Amino acid sequence: MVESIITFRNVTKKYKDTVILENISFKLEKGKFYTLLGPSGCGKTTTLSLIAGFMEESSGDILMNEQKINHIPANKRKINTVFQDYALFPHLNVFDNIAFGLKIKKKSKKEIKEKVNEALKMVRLPDFGDREISEMSGGQKQRVAIARALVNEPEVLLLDEPLSALDMKLRKEMQYELRELQKRLGITFIFVTHDQEEALAMSDEIFVMNHGKIIQRGTPTAIYDEPLNRFVADFIGESNIVEGTMMADEQVKFAGKTFECVDGGMEENEPIEVVLRPEDIEVTTAQKGKVVGTVISQLFRGVHYEIVCTDIDGNEWKIRSTKKVKVGANVGLDFDPEAIHIMRFNETETEFYQRLENYQGS
Amino acid sequence: MKAKGLYFSSYVLWLLLFVLAPVALILYQSFISINGNFTITNYENFFKIVAYLRMTFNSVFYAGLITLITLLISYPTAYFLTRTKYKQLWLMLIILPTWINILLKAYAFIGIFSQAGPVNNSLEWLGLGSHQLLFTNTSFMLVAAYIELPFMILPIFNAIDELDESLINVSRDLGANKFQTFWNVTFPLTLNGIKSGVQVVFIPSLSLFMLTRLIGGNKVITLGTAIEENFLVTQDWGMGSTIGVILIAAMILIMFLTGEKKRRGR
Ligand SMILES: Nc1ncnc2c1ncn2[C@@H]1O[C@H](COP(=O)(O)OP(=O)(O)OP(=O)(O)O)[C@@H](O)[C@H]1O
Ligand SMILES: [Mg+2]
Repeated sequence: MVESIITFRNVTKKYKDTVILENISFKLEKGKFYTLLGPSGCGKTTTLSLIAGFMEESSGDILMNEQKINHIPANKRKINTVFQDYALFPHLNVFDNIAFGLKIKKKSKKEIKEKVNEALKMVRLPDFGDREISEMSGGQKQRVAIARALVNEPEVLLLDEPLSALDMKLRKEMQYELRELQKRLGITFIFVTHDQEEALAMSDEIFVMNHGKIIQRGTPTAIYDEPLNRFVADFIGESNIVEGTMMADEQVKFAGKTFECVDGGMEENEPIEVVLRPEDIEVTTAQKGKVVGTVISQLFRGVHYEIVCTDIDGNEWKIRSTKKVKVGANVGLDFDPEAIHIMRFNETETEFYQRLENYQGS
Repeated sequence: MKAKGLYFSSYVLWLLLFVLAPVALILYQSFISINGNFTITNYENFFKIVAYLRMTFNSVFYAGLITLITLLISYPTAYFLTRTKYKQLWLMLIILPTWINILLKAYAFIGIFSQAGPVNNSLEWLGLGSHQLLFTNTSFMLVAAYIELPFMILPIFNAIDELDESLINVSRDLGANKFQTFWNVTFPLTLNGIKSGVQVVFIPSLSLFMLTRLIGGNKVITLGTAIEENFLVTQDWGMGSTIGVILIAAMILIMFLTGEKKRRGR
């Protein structure tokens, strides 16, 4: 059994009568990089605030290192937070903002200076110590907020959309830097983002949330390749979702034909949804294709063309292709059996993973 | 453009007539001796005559005490007000008494503190006997503090109310306990509210004279009383103006000391 650093046991959070988080349970392992991913208002910040101790859960238990921390105040938890709105102290300059936690812990002047300067270098702001907060740009403030939390070397670091204000290049650099740092220091990261690409690139494990619930959790590849339902499939990457019927194990019917696939464990003739990722579909001639479609639009995206087709059932297909096609032409769509992913209606996460295990096990 | 010019010039006119002209007049008067000569004897007298120096000291001392008392009461009051449910209503109730004329309030306190007033009645009922409350320094300061209280609470309340809740959370997050958070975050970030409060209370307190007479029984003579005496009793307008000029200078000094300074990095 791996040691769990943070545990939620049936945690519910309500404001008055509105349920914000509904009966959430999870165990986080020490030293891993977790990401909470979900649309605005789904309860990501609320989850972090409960872990940090800024608010109290309405019911349920929160544990750190297997000890209940429900009533331990925020300043006694070995957790630091990078706030969504930065929340830098306006009366202190950059250096003193970052030094705040170390000064409270009564570290020596020399140590504080060393650590703060190191942190400033880490976030690419080496000569900004003497600046006032009002003299910093949004992206610079965000990096000061990251440095202020990191410098305390907590056991758990909570990051609430810490890179949202950065430009693409700097953002990529900081993603890399944060991931490196997390591995090097062995800190458990709980990272919040709207950006699915960021989540896929950085995480050991992703929690997809919606309406105060965790919809699906898993490694980036598991979530991307085997989304539980339409919401997850739509939220993580682009996907083609069409309705179909499960004829038998490894036999699925959609777009008027029956195809071979690798999923099973459903009932015979069960209505299901099929997911095909745009990059898993290849464009060929109408004769060779498994599905025939008419091209209705084509957009040049730099690396590839984004092509939209409709088949005879009226399903829309999004395709990524390096080959150019003609709008209005009939083309064939080709894909491997492994590229077809089947989703059942109303299957819970537990049932889903259970089925996967049973079916693949047999 | 024209309307703007009109607005601007009327504003300048107002400033000239009601602010600059009176100050200039006082400044001029302060150089006129009791015999009508243009000298600086008034200033010499002010710094030579012990009575004036004592008055100055009294003014500063009592204004300071009054400010301190109001501050000590106001900060916690404002702090808890921001955390009450109907904070705007409570604030309104605290501000309400400022709409009543100061003389009326002074007379009310004369009634309250008098030999047969409710305070002495209560003391007697408790078996503590009746006391001379009116015309003491304590009652003077209490009443002054009471009158100034809303002016101190208001700016402090606003400062605390505007304080960003997440800054408190950050401070706790970084390991500071409640007291450290207050000292390192709440207090410095509400300091401007305190400064405004101190200005608004200390400066008028320097020249209180009505209360010194009605409640304090003229035991404490402040610069305010001195000005009144010089103008209305001894008719030495020059000396009165001199004290006025010195008061204005003191006020400017205090404004300067408590004013916002642009903070620079080290
Ligand atoms: N103080 C509050 N009182 C009532 N409802 C609140 C309060 N704070 C947040 N909520 C509600 O709780 C829900 C979850 O909020 P939360 O801040 O956790 O969302 P989020 O997932 O972080 O969203 P975003 O990505 O936009 O930051 C929202 O619907 C929000 O309106
Ligand atoms: Mg949020």
